[in-house]
Amino acid sequence: MTGPPLIEVEDLRIDLDAGSRRVAAVEGVSFRIERGETFGLVGESGCGKSITALALIGLLRHPLSVAAGAIRFEGREIQRLAAAEQRDLRGNRIAMIFQEPMTALNPVSPVGRQIAEMFVLHKGKSWREANQLAVEALASVRVPAPERRAKDYPHQLSGGMRQRVMIAIALACGPDLLIADEPTTALDVTVQAEIVELMRNLCAERGTAILMISHDLGLVANVCRRVAVMYAGRIVEVRGSDEIFRACAHPYTQGLVDSLPRLGTRAALGRTRLREIAGVVPAIADFPSGCRFNPRCAQATEICRTTAPETAWLGGGGLVRCHHHA
Amino acid sequence: MKLGTSLIIGAVLFALAIIVGVLAPWLAHTDPVMDANLMNAEEPPSWIWWFGTDAQGRDIYSRVVYGARISLTVGIVSQLVNSIIGVTLGLSAGYFGGWWDDVVNGLTNLMLAIPSLIFALAIMAVLGPGLTSLLIALGLTNWSFTCRIARASTLSLKSQGYVQAARVLGYGDLRIMITQLLPNMLGPIIVIGTLGMGSAVLAEASLSFLGLGIRPPFPSWGSMLSEARDQITTAPWLSIFPGLAIFLTVLGLNLLGDGLRDILDPQSRSRRI
Repeated sequence: MTGPPLIEVEDLRIDLDAGSRRVAAVEGVSFRIERGETFGLVGESGCGKSITALALIGLLRHPLSVAAGAIRFEGREIQRLAAAEQRDLRGNRIAMIFQEPMTALNPVSPVGRQIAEMFVLHKGKSWREANQLAVEALASVRVPAPERRAKDYPHQLSGGMRQRVMIAIALACGPDLLIADEPTTALDVTVQAEIVELMRNLCAERGTAILMISHDLGLVANVCRRVAVMYAGRIVEVRGSDEIFRACAHPYTQGLVDSLPRLGTRAALGRTRLREIAGVVPAIADFPSGCRFNPRCAQATEICRTTAPETAWLGGGGLVRCHHHA
Repeated sequence: MKLGTSLIIGAVLFALAIIVGVLAPWLAHTDPVMDANLMNAEEPPSWIWWFGTDAQGRDIYSRVVYGARISLTVGIVSQLVNSIIGVTLGLSAGYFGGWWDDVVNGLTNLMLAIPSLIFALAIMAVLGPGLTSLLIALGLTNWSFTCRIARASTLSLKSQGYVQAARVLGYGDLRIMITQLLPNMLGPIIVIGTLGMGSAVLAEASLSFLGLGIRPPFPSWGSMLSEARDQITTAPWLSIFPGLAIFLTVLGLNLLGDGLRDILDPQSRSRRI
């Protein structure tokens, strides 16, 4: 691979300004995404995956701020870009779709206009051209009767249709990276599969890289080539998605894998209960010392309570952070 | 349907006032200023003089019809100025926050603390009577409620998903304010504006009554009331008809405002769909 990776996050630390003190909501996060790659970020609510994504597009706002580390987009450090340059990246080169297609569209503007606005804003098209392109964009996300639909308001569309519109808006300018933050959580399971399939196909056609953020390990492993598992503000394991179910190295990942229902195993093993991970994610203000997973980990020993584990490299570009990794 | 009743009555009354104002030259029987004839002084309402005549023998009906022009111009234009000032200040204050928000808040509180009619009186005293100074005085003194509403709407809309999404998609501040925030707060702003037009019509009447608005002999409803003050027992029609015109117009505007609130309120809208 020549040239710098599409996006490279190095030792990122995001601080939460909690009045008198600052606490690290995200710490020591590093990963890189190559052009056209699909990368997943998995973790429970509050583990820092969404704020990591916001940091990538330079939109952290008080009380959150990037305290250390670097985020490079094609080798250029995002925090050092001027506000206008950052704004030009957003929507144009890096796009994002959200969990809530219900609220992410402006209720008083027809959806076609909202797509067209992207062409006017980033590509300098006239409204006439942009409206034409918007209809094409709607057709490309397989919205039936796109010319008629373009005139509809968001409340006239179903959840799945709205998420299609969001994808059309996000991909309108042909971005290099699509950040999908829980893109299907609010949708029915059947619609979920269609949307994921659509997103994956469109990005593969256009060579758009995907950073998919979700709590659903199964979904992410299905879409992404590589998966990073986050826990309490740190990445605990990065693996190829084909390996993660077979041979995960971190006890937390193992816990996530065990908590997924799987077809067939129930019949094979008889009636077994799904296993959950005991305990809850600690609050940002009182992360435990040492390995942050230690209070919930069955394998925790003395060293886990005192020392944070170093990164250990695994074969095939994977990594794990655990003292007990052989 | 009950929802539409006040809207329809209000719209009809307001439309009627506008039509009367626009068609005044055709509707009026005589020239409202020049056609004085002492032979017909203080005639009570009759088939010839519909609303009676005043001490100079001028036709009250014609004067009320022409008065609509001034009263409505003042109501509409001054409220438009108020809305533009209020929305610009409130929207930018809510959006940017910080020191600008403090400045706008201070200014709004100041405006709310001074009775707006007294403030308008002071401006009129400096600028002198006349239509232009009336528009300036009323246009600068009644924006605080619009400003409050615009600021509050901005604060609540700012955290909406689509405003966040617009920022993520690379929209600039001005574009977010114009395409995302403004259209979504237009409902309450229009309602406040309609109600504000009613109070501007009243304020014009008050200022003209006090002799600081439209000067005689030009007819505005307020100045007609002012002139009629002395003859209220001997020729009550001089007060009744301009008063009725003010009453019906303001009532119409208030009903229109209420009706608009009902249909522009997002909750009642979702109830209908």
